[in-house]
Amino acid sequence: MTETTASAGKLKKTAGTQATLENGVHAVFLLCGVLAIGFVLCISVYLIIAGIPAIHKIGFIKFITGTKWMPTATTTEPSFGILPFILTSIYGTAGAMAIGIPVGLLTALFLTKAAPKRLSSVIRSAVELLAGIPSVVYGLVGMIVLVPLIAKLFRISSGATLFAAILVLSIMVLPSIINVSATALDAVPQEYESASLALGATKTETYFRVSLPAAKSGVAASIVLGIGRAIGEAMAIIMVSGNVANMPGLLKSVRFMTTAIASEMSYAAVGSLQREALFSIGLILFLFIMMINAILNLMIKRKKV
Amino acid sequence: MSTILDVEKLNLWYGDHHALKDINVEIPKNRITALIGPSGCGKSTFLKTLNRMNDLVAGVKIEGDVLYNGQNIYDPSVDVTWIRKQIGMVFQKANPFPMSIYDNIAYGPRTHGIRSRVRLDEIVERTLRDAAIWEEVKDRLKKPALGLSGGQQQRLCIARALAVEPDILLMDESTSALDPISTGKIEELAQQLKEKYTVVMVTHNMQQAARISDECAFFLLGELVEFSATDKMFSTPTDKRTEDYITGRFG
Repeated sequence: MTETTASAGKLKKTAGTQATLENGVHAVFLLCGVLAIGFVLCISVYLIIAGIPAIHKIGFIKFITGTKWMPTATTTEPSFGILPFILTSIYGTAGAMAIGIPVGLLTALFLTKAAPKRLSSVIRSAVELLAGIPSVVYGLVGMIVLVPLIAKLFRISSGATLFAAILVLSIMVLPSIINVSATALDAVPQEYESASLALGATKTETYFRVSLPAAKSGVAASIVLGIGRAIGEAMAIIMVSGNVANMPGLLKSVRFMTTAIASEMSYAAVGSLQREALFSIGLILFLFIMMINAILNLMIKRKKV
Repeated sequence: MSTILDVEKLNLWYGDHHALKDINVEIPKNRITALIGPSGCGKSTFLKTLNRMNDLVAGVKIEGDVLYNGQNIYDPSVDVTWIRKQIGMVFQKANPFPMSIYDNIAYGPRTHGIRSRVRLDEIVERTLRDAAIWEEVKDRLKKPALGLSGGQQQRLCIARALAVEPDILLMDESTSALDPISTGKIEELAQQLKEKYTVVMVTHNMQQAARISDECAFFLLGELVEFSATDKMFSTPTDKRTEDYITGRFG
C-alpha cells in the first residue's frame, strides 16, 4: 500500500518536471520564431524610416521616373532619378529568368525523370556545388572570361554590359530553380505518369503535360526564389556590368539598384541627400521583392482552389 | 468466338527472378477474362505485359510473343504508344490527374491530336455515360477530379481509358480499394463494356471472378496452371492445384 503511494508520488513528481521541461522547450521554440519575425520587422521599419526622407525631399514621382542620376554634380543641380537602376534591375532579372527558367526546368525534368540514376546524382551534386560558389567568384569568372568574350563577339570596346550581367545571373539562379523544382517533381506520384503512359502518351508528353503541372506550386516557388536571388544580387554583377548609370541597353554598361547602393555607399557623405537616396533605393528594392512574393503566392493559392 | 490476344511462350524475368514461365493463352474477343491466383503469382505482371507497361520497369527481360489481332506487340517496329492506345488500362488505385474532370477525360484524345472543342465535348459526355458516372458529374465537369469519392474516381479512370477508344481494357484489381457498392457498380459496368470492348481483369476476389468473368486463368508461381470457361473452372477444375485454390485450401 505504502509502496504504491510512493510510486504514485514519484510518478507525479516526474510528470511535474517533465511538464516544466516541455514548457521550457516550448518557450525556446517560441523565442526563435518571434526572433525571426522580429528581424523582419526591424529591417522593414528601419528601411522605411531611412528611406522615406530622401523620397520626400526629391519627390516620389521624380525619384522613380527621373532618368538622370548625378548625386554629386556641382556645376549643375544634382539629380536623383533612379529609373535607370529600376529598369536595369527589371531587365536584368527578366533576362536571367528568360534563360534560367527553361534551362532550369528542363534540367530538373531530366534529372528526376529521364536521366540514368548515376548520371543524375553526378549532375545533382554539381548543381549543389554551383549553389555553394560565392558570388564574388561568379563575378571574377565573368569578368575574366565572359566580358572579353562579349567585347570580341560584338566588337564593342568593353564587354562589361547588361548582357554579361544577365548571363552571370542566369547561371546563378539555376541552382535554386533546379533544386526546388526537382524536389517538387520527385514528389509527383508515379501513378499519374503511369496513367498518362497507359493512355498512349509518350514519355515527353507525360513529363510536360502531367508531371510538370502536378508540380506547379513547387515550380512556382523555385521561380520566386530565382527571381529573389537575381534581383538581390550585387557582388557578381557589379564586376561584369560596367557600373555606369545609363538607361539600360543590352550592350550598354549599366548599374543595378543593388550595385548603385554597394558602389556609392562607401563614399556618400554621412547626412547627405545622396546617402539618404541610397537608402531609398534599398526601400524600393525591398518593395519589389515583397511584391513579387505576394503576386506569386496569390497565383499559387488561386490555382490550388 | 475469335481470339483478340494470342500469347505464345511468354517468359519474363525481373533481374534473376523468373516471374512468368512459358505462358500460352488465347484471350477471346468481347469477353471478360479474369486472371486469378495468390499474391505474387504473376497475374498482375502478366496483365502489364499485354500493353507493355512492364517495359518501364528497370531490369525487366521479356521473351515470347503477344499477338494482338495477329500483330506481335513486342516487334521492334511496333509503336508502343499505339499499342497502349489500343489496349487501355485501369489501375488498382484510382489515379485521376490533378486536373478537372473534363480535362482528365480529354487528356487522352488531346494527346492523340483531337483539338476540336465540339468533338471533345462529345467524347467526354459519351465516355462518362459509358462509365455510368455522367449523371453524377455532369454539373461539375470543371471541378477537380480529386474531389470525387474513391468509387467515382475509379469510374472516372475507366471513362478516361475509354476516351481514347481502345479495343481492350485491362483492369488491375480495379475494385480492390473500393466499398461493396462501388464495386458492384464497376462489375455491372464491366458486364456492359464487354459488348464493345474486351476486358481482361486481375482480381484476388474469387467470388468476383465467378460472378462476372466468362473465361478464367489461374496463375501459380509464374505459371499458367489452368485456363478455361469460368463455369467449368469453378465446377470441375482439371488441375488439382486449381481445385485446392478455389476451394480455399491455400492462398
